[in-house]
Amino acid sequence: MSFTIATSLDSALAALAGGARPIAGGTDLVVGARHGKAPLPQDLVAIDRIAELRHITETPAGISIGSLTTHHDIETHPLLTSLYAGLADASALVGSPATRNVGTVGGNVMNASPAMDTGAPLCVLGAEVELRSVRGTRRFPLKDLWAGPGRTHAEADELCVAIHLPRPADRSGSAYLRLEYRRAMEIAVVGAAAAVNLAEDGTVTDLAIAITAVAPTILSGRATGLVGVSVDAAAEQAAAFAAAQATPISDVRASEAYRRHTVSVMARRALLAAARRAAGEHVPTPLNRTTGIGAAS
Amino acid sequence: MSDMLAITLTVNGVDYPVAVAQDRNLLSVIRTEVGLTGTKEGCDDCECGACMVLLDGQPVNSCSYLAVQAQGRQITTVEGLADGQALGRLQQNLLDEGGVQCGFCTPGMLISATALLARTPEPTEEEVRIGLSGNLCRCTGYAKIVSAVQRTAVEIRQG
Repeated sequence: MSFTIATSLDSALAALAGGARPIAGGTDLVVGARHGKAPLPQDLVAIDRIAELRHITETPAGISIGSLTTHHDIETHPLLTSLYAGLADASALVGSPATRNVGTVGGNVMNASPAMDTGAPLCVLGAEVELRSVRGTRRFPLKDLWAGPGRTHAEADELCVAIHLPRPADRSGSAYLRLEYRRAMEIAVVGAAAAVNLAEDGTVTDLAIAITAVAPTILSGRATGLVGVSVDAAAEQAAAFAAAQATPISDVRASEAYRRHTVSVMARRALLAAARRAAGEHVPTPLNRTTGIGAAS
Repeated sequence: MSDMLAITLTVNGVDYPVAVAQDRNLLSVIRTEVGLTGTKEGCDDCECGACMVLLDGQPVNSCSYLAVQAQGRQITTVEGLADGQALGRLQQNLLDEGGVQCGFCTPGMLISATALLARTPEPTEEEVRIGLSGNLCRCTGYAKIVSAVQRTAVEIRQG
């Protein structure tokens, strides 16, 4: 049993190569261990003090988000709440302010919960994940990271170091919406993210949809080069994709049938909101509070 | 006991050398080894917020945070919000407004509200409700807690 605090990426990667598992905010790991879901790893390396992994950086191609960037960092960042609003919609819903202070985007995607909030918007925004180990670096589409509930295709010695997002085109927008029963400390019952590009005449040329908590992993799809597709027609496509792809389970929070129905509603609404943003309308993040879902107060 | 780790926790400005197992949560070490019992264990499941402490000024659920990860950080518990037996302004206002009934959620509410006011000196009611959204209260219904936080914000601004 060992516990070390890494202050540099290199020392963290060396610890992982030696068999340690990483812990950042611990919001999934510690709670999961207590529930008997997965025991706390014997050898831990705390990575939350590695300053070089906590950043939001504009690049020529778009934006890079360090894996230790917290949900609070994301929900308050001006570029993320505007150009990448779907991601800010999601981070602003995670847990409570206390969770968002320590919970990281890298932890969210590597925990591989099918109910993770950031996964769907990152997929529709075209995210790539960057994994690093002492053996080298690899980078690939985020949607290919997940192998199943709680499982990724990352090797045990690989650390998620960043998420990369391309710069959205002009007249584009994104949104994420989830069904929730309360406003805080909630996990998505179902959720959906959408991203669209609009032509000058307001029709949809490209769309992407991703759905949350209705399959073993986040599922996503996209259609490009569309001609003459109205926003309303695109919203129906989004709803149809969600209904067709969802293979939900029944559990304590919702039945299979309810999830299948509501995920198509979320997908339709997410697409409509993404289109409003693409048209230049200011639709504040998080969308869940703007649309009235869970907004009873 | 070879698996015990010797660490130092800095709580309310005081260093406490403690020996803890790696899987101990910060909440239990604060209440047991450090001996400060103002911080409460409610759900022990990251749901209720009764266990909140400030870690370098930011609220964290201490039930779901490893004690060994808090080394070298400034931990503030509800005891650190008072000046000895003299209550802080927020604490007094919570009492005066009737925002305390059974009192079990109160330490966590105070921690969340302290962080909120440090970051947002003029919070709207909505901002107060979001700031306190990780803290459950089963007695007061929140309205009096929210008004106590808003009253405190006004008083701080007026000096």
